[in-house]
Amino acid sequence: MSTEHGRNLIDRYSPAERLNHWVTAITFLMLAFSGLALFHPSMFWFSQFFGGPVWTRILHPYIGVLMFLSFAGLALKFWHHNLLTRNDIMWLQHIDDVVKNREDRLPEVGRYNAGQKLLFWTMIATIPLLLLTGIVIWRPWFTPYFGIGTIRLALLVHAVCAFVMIAGIIVHIYAAIWIKGTVGAMVRGTVSRAWARKHHPGWYKRVLDDERR
Amino acid sequence: MTLQSLDILQRSATTTPSPQQRQTLEVAKLIDVTKCIGCKACQAACQEWNDLREEVGINEGSYTNPHDLTANSWTLMRFAETEANGTLEWLIRKDGCMHCADPGCLKACPSPGAIIQYSNGIVDFHEENCIGCGYCIAGCPFDIPRLSKKDAKVYKCTLCSDRVAVGLEPACIKACPTQALVFGSKADMIEHAEERIADLKERGFQNAGLYDPAGVGGTHVMYVLHHADQPELYNDLPKDPEISPTVGLWKGLFKPLATAALFFTGLAGFFHYVTVGPNETEEEESEKDEEKTP
Repeated sequence: MSTEHGRNLIDRYSPAERLNHWVTAITFLMLAFSGLALFHPSMFWFSQFFGGPVWTRILHPYIGVLMFLSFAGLALKFWHHNLLTRNDIMWLQHIDDVVKNREDRLPEVGRYNAGQKLLFWTMIATIPLLLLTGIVIWRPWFTPYFGIGTIRLALLVHAVCAFVMIAGIIVHIYAAIWIKGTVGAMVRGTVSRAWARKHHPGWYKRVLDDERR
Repeated sequence: MTLQSLDILQRSATTTPSPQQRQTLEVAKLIDVTKCIGCKACQAACQEWNDLREEVGINEGSYTNPHDLTANSWTLMRFAETEANGTLEWLIRKDGCMHCADPGCLKACPSPGAIIQYSNGIVDFHEENCIGCGYCIAGCPFDIPRLSKKDAKVYKCTLCSDRVAVGLEPACIKACPTQALVFGSKADMIEHAEERIADLKERGFQNAGLYDPAGVGGTHVMYVLHHADQPELYNDLPKDPEISPTVGLWKGLFKPLATAALFFTGLAGFFHYVTVGPNETEEEESEKDEEKTP
């Protein structure tokens, strides 16, 4: 247990984990804005953030590769915390209690709740597909190696996966704003004891056990 | 080519209508493959008028040269030999943009104003707005647009929109020595084609007909074919071309629905925050906790 902060705070993410998360987050934001610019004309002006529409088209796939590599780091580090348990199914069945802030009616949550876990697996499903379809539609480098049917399918799948991913991340960002005390976990690496006991009691018990040792 | 003297009917990545008050004449190029002698004068005229030069290539055993459309070759004579109709036939087709009434390239293009459909029917690329994504290539049912290796922009036949704008016929039409290529209003071209088809039927081509495929809303480049029932014989001219359903789904239904869904997801979050409110942690609990914790 770190002693650099008060006893009221406990560690949740190491500096390396935070760095990894924010590299992923920044590359994601750049991808979302540049991708949406090319998805619907109402958002075409997002291309101005990237030095114009041609630069948007040039940069997007390179940033995509970066995000894939960065996310791979997160996935390798956190996958084993995200396996679904029976409690998670119950938690999902009580989703109305979740959105109405009635946490006392929920089963005990460990390091991550079922919503966080599902987001994790959504990213696991979409990010590799975005990479693969992105390679197929990456002009001028790789597209000429694929048939027209494959290219058309890749364009559609890329758009659908991006939509699912962006919708998921909107929920992820909102949850961090909604559940007070959460942002600090990823910014400073710490959460309060009360936060941990309230939102992740199963995880907090293990933290206490570790402290007693 | 940017030509403000032409009225615009449709513009890529634009959700509001273009000026539509003026009524202009719909034009068309008619390619009568039964009259074509394969001289390639049209190909040379296209390069000359548009200041394009194709690289000298190699012979692969066919008169088709270059082997495919390129960013420099916007029209190409394609030569096919077939015995499908009981006798050896040499079928020559001038390939190039068909100028669809429902252009798949324009539907797929994400860059506002990079692809324009004029009210006269010409579909034109405005390369200064092109971002080089190649979506138009995926959108085209005829495999026409070509991405330049030099500038990463796409090029194709403009139907000489610059010449047409000032009352001239396209360069290829001007160069054709047999009048296999003719240009005029679409209505006149259909009428002319019907005369040719009647003549061909008299001469034994029972299946002679006009190629003006309805799947893409009709085209502003049409063919008279001796075997209109078998367009594939002419170097894979598609029988029933249409915008691919995959592209249709991506650019039709999914594009506005997904955009709206993302917007409302964000909005739902905001409304949740102002109704249910944030989930806060009572920090005094933690002090009690610290007393308990050894």
